[in-house]
Amino acid sequence: MLQVLAQIQTRNRTGGTCEANNGFCPDWIADNYDRYIDPFLQHVFLTVVSVAIGFAIAFALALLAHRKRWLLPAFSGASEVLYAIPSVALFLLLLPVTGRGTLTGLVALVSYTLIFIFVNVTTGLDGVPEDSVDAARGMGLTERQLLWRVEVPLALPEIFAGLRIATTTTVGLAALAFFAGAGGLGEEITRDKGFQSNIAVAGGLAVLLALVLDLLILFVQRLMTPWRRAAA
Amino acid sequence: MTPVLASFLSDFGNAIEFLFKAQPSNLDPGTKVGGFSEMLSLTLKHIALSASAIGVGTAIAIPLGLYLGHHRKGEFAAINASNVGRAIPTLVLLTVFIAYIGVGFVPIMLSLALLALPPVLTNTWVAVTQVDRDSVDAARGMGMTDTEIITRVELPLSLPTIFAGIRVSAVNVVATATIAPLGSVDSLGTPIISENVYGEDGRLGAAIAVSVLTLLISAGLAAFQRAITPEGLKLEAGASRKRFLPKLRRRETATS
Repeated sequence: MLQVLAQIQTRNRTGGTCEANNGFCPDWIADNYDRYIDPFLQHVFLTVVSVAIGFAIAFALALLAHRKRWLLPAFSGASEVLYAIPSVALFLLLLPVTGRGTLTGLVALVSYTLIFIFVNVTTGLDGVPEDSVDAARGMGLTERQLLWRVEVPLALPEIFAGLRIATTTTVGLAALAFFAGAGGLGEEITRDKGFQSNIAVAGGLAVLLALVLDLLILFVQRLMTPWRRAAA
Repeated sequence: MTPVLASFLSDFGNAIEFLFKAQPSNLDPGTKVGGFSEMLSLTLKHIALSASAIGVGTAIAIPLGLYLGHHRKGEFAAINASNVGRAIPTLVLLTVFIAYIGVGFVPIMLSLALLALPPVLTNTWVAVTQVDRDSVDAARGMGMTDTEIITRVELPLSLPTIFAGIRVSAVNVVATATIAPLGSVDSLGTPIISENVYGEDGRLGAAIAVSVLTLLISAGLAAFQRAITPEGLKLEAGASRKRFLPKLRRRETATS
């Protein structure tokens, strides 16, 4: 019976006993790493595009809510409800609306990035010291200048923190985007979920992607907030 | 536009019908799948799996967080637990357990418990370290031991924040239990993973059911959290769920 099971599980693989035992096989990985390249690139695409679109939407909404305070509870409430829907379910709920494919994956992933970026931009802008705002007004800055030259720069650390949380979360959720037919590393993971080599490579790539993107954003943050380095 | 809308409504209509009325299986028309009784049983299995995982996760995270927070130890680990947890995709966490430990209730439950642990640990640690020093000093002056200070002063004052962490964990775990059938454990995700048996209506129906369940649990825990928050703490701004994320971020930005 066990032999039959092993045969069923290994029908897509060729190789020796290590593969047949679902083990961790460096040789198999060396021979097969190229099958992960396309899913990995899809995963990068899904993550980067969703975070970029989500950032544009959430940032604009946060600026709007910063001026018109009464919009704040509506926006944060809506993004919280969106976030509470399990990702697998949202991918499937969107299928009858947008069909199978990358678009559905992107719509769902974008909706999950909103809450982190929106909340952080809002708290960042709220945390700007009153004195700085008063001083800027005293210097004769217009509302627009005040926003872009004083408030947004001072809120940057919070904004970047939100961007980092949104990015690592999206890498994880994109692993489930195959439910929407959007590909990604999740498809490779579930295709052979009992095979240790497969999980090590595909899962490892997903974790690595999250860490690299996180460090990349941290690096950009350092570049964009030189005054914080000077203070440190 | 009209035919699109019509097919769209019929998709959802069929899916909801699946939840209440059993239908012939795709694989074997002789057997019936879906319907209220099967969906109810899957819902109960989903809740049992999630509750065990949250129970195990918090049973480890709260004492650990209280101990580390009380002695101001392990700041780096406690604060970064959430960040590291977030960087590991839930699908990867689950399949690592499947491939390296095995399938079945215990491995899957443990992988979900591991998912539940970081937010509770981080929140407990942060909450304990932010308890008013004067209250702790007063308790010590009254002759309380360390254990008494932890259980009778720090824990009660930290409860709302700890509970905010439990709520984040609970929503994550209930959502992730949807893919538990990958590890041969039944949950509301069974019709989603076994679409060949349950059909497209079953898959969409299960997606609706699991969304409703998560929203109900999230709202229920929010209400419970408000109920257990001492009146005095409610007066503090943002004593609700928002405590979890902003605090964490402030730490992140402070260290980066």
